[in-house]
Amino acid sequence: MHATTAEASLQQIRADVNRRKILDQVFVMVGLLIMFSALLVLVVLFLDLVREGAPRLNWDFLTSFPSRKAERAGILSAWVGTSLIMLTTATVSMPVGVAAAIYLEEYAPKNWMTAIIEINVTNLAGVPSIIYGLLALGLFVYQFNLGQSIAAAGLTLSLLILPIVIVATRESLRAVPRAIREAAYALGATRWEVTAHHVLPYSTGGILTGMIIGLSRAIGETAPLITIGALSFIAFLPESPFKGEFPFFSFAWLKEAFTAMPIQMFNWVSRPDPKFQVNAAAAGAILLGMTLLMNGVAIYVRYRFRKRINW
Amino acid sequence: MQSGPSTPDNPPRPAPTHALDGRPVTPRPSIDVARSPANTEEALVVKSRAEGLSFYYGAVRALKDLNIEIREKRVTALIGPSGCGKTTFLRCFNRMHDLTPGTRYQGRIILFPDSIDLVDKAVDPIEVRMRIGMVFQKPNPFPKSIFENVAYGLRVRGLRSKARLEEEVERALRRAAIWEEVKDRLDNSGLSLSGGQQQRLCIARALATNPEILLFDEPTSALDPIATARIEELIAELRDQVTVIIVTHNMQQAARVSDYTAFMYLGELIEFDNTSKLFTNPSQKATEDYITGRYG
Repeated sequence: MHATTAEASLQQIRADVNRRKILDQVFVMVGLLIMFSALLVLVVLFLDLVREGAPRLNWDFLTSFPSRKAERAGILSAWVGTSLIMLTTATVSMPVGVAAAIYLEEYAPKNWMTAIIEINVTNLAGVPSIIYGLLALGLFVYQFNLGQSIAAAGLTLSLLILPIVIVATRESLRAVPRAIREAAYALGATRWEVTAHHVLPYSTGGILTGMIIGLSRAIGETAPLITIGALSFIAFLPESPFKGEFPFFSFAWLKEAFTAMPIQMFNWVSRPDPKFQVNAAAAGAILLGMTLLMNGVAIYVRYRFRKRINW
Repeated sequence: MQSGPSTPDNPPRPAPTHALDGRPVTPRPSIDVARSPANTEEALVVKSRAEGLSFYYGAVRALKDLNIEIREKRVTALIGPSGCGKTTFLRCFNRMHDLTPGTRYQGRIILFPDSIDLVDKAVDPIEVRMRIGMVFQKPNPFPKSIFENVAYGLRVRGLRSKARLEEEVERALRRAAIWEEVKDRLDNSGLSLSGGQQQRLCIARALATNPEILLFDEPTSALDPIATARIEELIAELRDQVTVIIVTHNMQQAARVSDYTAFMYLGELIEFDNTSKLFTNPSQKATEDYITGRYG
């Protein structure tokens, strides 16, 4: 081949590459633009809440019960209620969700029955939360006679996030390479041993991440809690789960009436007195902060476990 | 690559019977004498025998009526082109196919001395896998410590004593020729090792439970030549201790490490013989075509 033709084709190749690289950069620009506008909205929202709620963002706000006087009202019963509901939700949805995921992923035969179950689990994630509230009202509050209690609220939110937990757990179980399972089977391990000694420990990071993401969804849920009858004015705390004397813990709080952060916010927002708007903003900032904190924990957990296990 | 002291415990490995381009080369007689049929045949015991073994993936018949005898404490190599069923056959020995739905065995694989049929539905695959170890194509250590990797098989068998575990782990690591490299970092992750070390760790893991047969599924295909040579040396050393079946697509490797070689093609066993006989004087045309590089 002549030198001139080689040069010409080289020019051609370069022109071609440059043209295609422009498309590459266009996509990067569009992607960054979209991402930053989404982030910007969140940051502006958060800063706006903090700015508006600034006068009430102090220790008294966290340690006071709600009050008719806006400047004396606090979120003590709300955040204690939210924490206890989250505790109940996590305690119920973690074992149930992980067990369901293990069954579907490791044990269930691949047939039309499991296919239907799988489709339904995924669909449940998209069911409006108020439907869960109605279900819970009929089932937990009246049928099981749990009343308008923390237990009922925790169970309701567990149902709500179960699909999220199951899907996330299945994803992380599936991420364990087949070669690792085969290695364990080849040493004579049973299916349970393979699951308990290998698959489950290696996917803990993903499972915890899914769990926390589910809880972050649950923490902001308002509709189902209103449906099952959350109160918005509670000037007492539920009985403490921890006791001074044997057996050191109590479950009496499960049966008590509750309020939660989003309920308290909703209540304040709907009041005509503008001073309550300040309270609502402050509570909103704290709730958003709690959610971001939980997501931060999820990212940290994932990072920790990823570092330890690297396929 | 061919070095290593020639002691009574560690006989020299046979020279390759083929040049790299596949042309047969004359084997060096000094090496082959020790393993010629006349010297060893009567001392050999059959460890396992496949009798009319067929295997199905759904409706696809992947293995067709295999009959083969595996000799005790010898290395048997399975060679053949990709898709010929050699790995499928190997995985019948420890019932690995049971993990895949829709598979079916036909015929028998008898394990001696107790004459149980390894592929019989009535025989528990867990029991089979407790007796027959396996080393995989890609090194697959658990993301646990080096110690726990080797100890796992023993733990599954209910061994709890720390002292016994330590003893057995050291023994297995020594047998797999990796003890010196890892003895100071048994608590490090198995994944922190190099590829070749990982594979020897996997061999140690399989050896720790004293398997009667050790299956190797192309154990060096993911490794560089130096790591490959170390694994091959190791297999040669193991020959006196355990029955080995090795799948390889590398004919030079089969010639170097094995005593017997089976050539498979399209799910059938074409020829099974002494390695030196099969590589220098194959009786089947197909075998000759394959080992001389005419196809595959």
